[in-house]
Amino acid sequence: MLHLTTGRVGCLLSKQAVVALTSSGARMSSHGHHEVSDSVDMSQPMYWDRLDTPLPDRPWKDVLDSTDKSLKQKEKGPWTALSKEEKIALYRLKFNHTYPEMKRPSHEWKTVIGGMFIFFGITGLVVFWQCHYVYPPQPHTFGEEWQAKQIQRMLDMRINPIEGFSAQWDYKNKQWK
Amino acid sequence: MFRAAVRLSVSGARSLTRPQLGLTAPLAQRCYAHGGKLESDEEFDARWVTYFNKADIDAWELRKGMNTLIGYDLVPEPKILEAALRACRRLNDLASAIRILEAVKDKSGPHKKIYPYLIQELRPTLDELGISTPEELGMD
Repeated sequence: MLHLTTGRVGCLLSKQAVVALTSSGARMSSHGHHEVSDSVDMSQPMYWDRLDTPLPDRPWKDVLDSTDKSLKQKEKGPWTALSKEEKIALYRLKFNHTYPEMKRPSHEWKTVIGGMFIFFGITGLVVFWQCHYVYPPQPHTFGEEWQAKQIQRMLDMRINPIEGFSAQWDYKNKQWK
Repeated sequence: MFRAAVRLSVSGARSLTRPQLGLTAPLAQRCYAHGGKLESDEEFDARWVTYFNKADIDAWELRKGMNTLIGYDLVPEPKILEAALRACRRLNDLASAIRILEAVKDKSGPHKKIYPYLIQELRPTLDELGISTPEELGMD
């Protein structure tokens, strides 16, 4: 029952941790604590890669095989004796991503923009279908001829002759100003 | 000293435009949250150096100290970082030492001159303890 409820990861932090855990589960690094496939045991210290928390609660790889253990033994001695590869290996035992790896840009924006355009497109299709099948025919007053007669009538009536409609019409030359 | 130059929040924007590494104005750093007196930069530094210099510091305290320090709106002074690196040495934890260096580089944000300065100041300690920087290990 506890595992079912812990499966509902609500907050962003645990979501990131789950991402870290599940992404690592795909690779071969070994974590003895949890079952990556279904849920995360939140009562145990968790690992997460966060820029503002450099040292998470537990190391990345805590089930060490014999080579890791011997490397850890060597770490107890002077660090000047460690080679570069050993230092990198020690880092990778303790941490999953380096800071540059954490900060790598994702391609998520392309998904977002693409999704937006898809929805615009679908909406456009819906609107087009609607214009064709749903809207009633236009009133007859919208026709070309009717509109022309309407304008002529407005000019004859001198609608807004000072600042507005008829003011724009040049009555002497019978054209718009 | 760095707090004056590199206050990362918006209110300190005027001092951000020129990263003068020689600024020494001791601004009052900590605020009146509990109604007490202001803590100066030196007191803040001294407090943190003492924290990391604890001889029998344990791993939890190191993590807690480091995470809290990175949470502040400042880049820690070299002497605080030196104490932290030595604490890592006492705990036989090279990976955390490298992580600390990465964290302060990230903390400096757009101010590119801070991290090389820190490494320059920490160079004797790095050489003595045998800590390689992330750049030397190709991790950037």
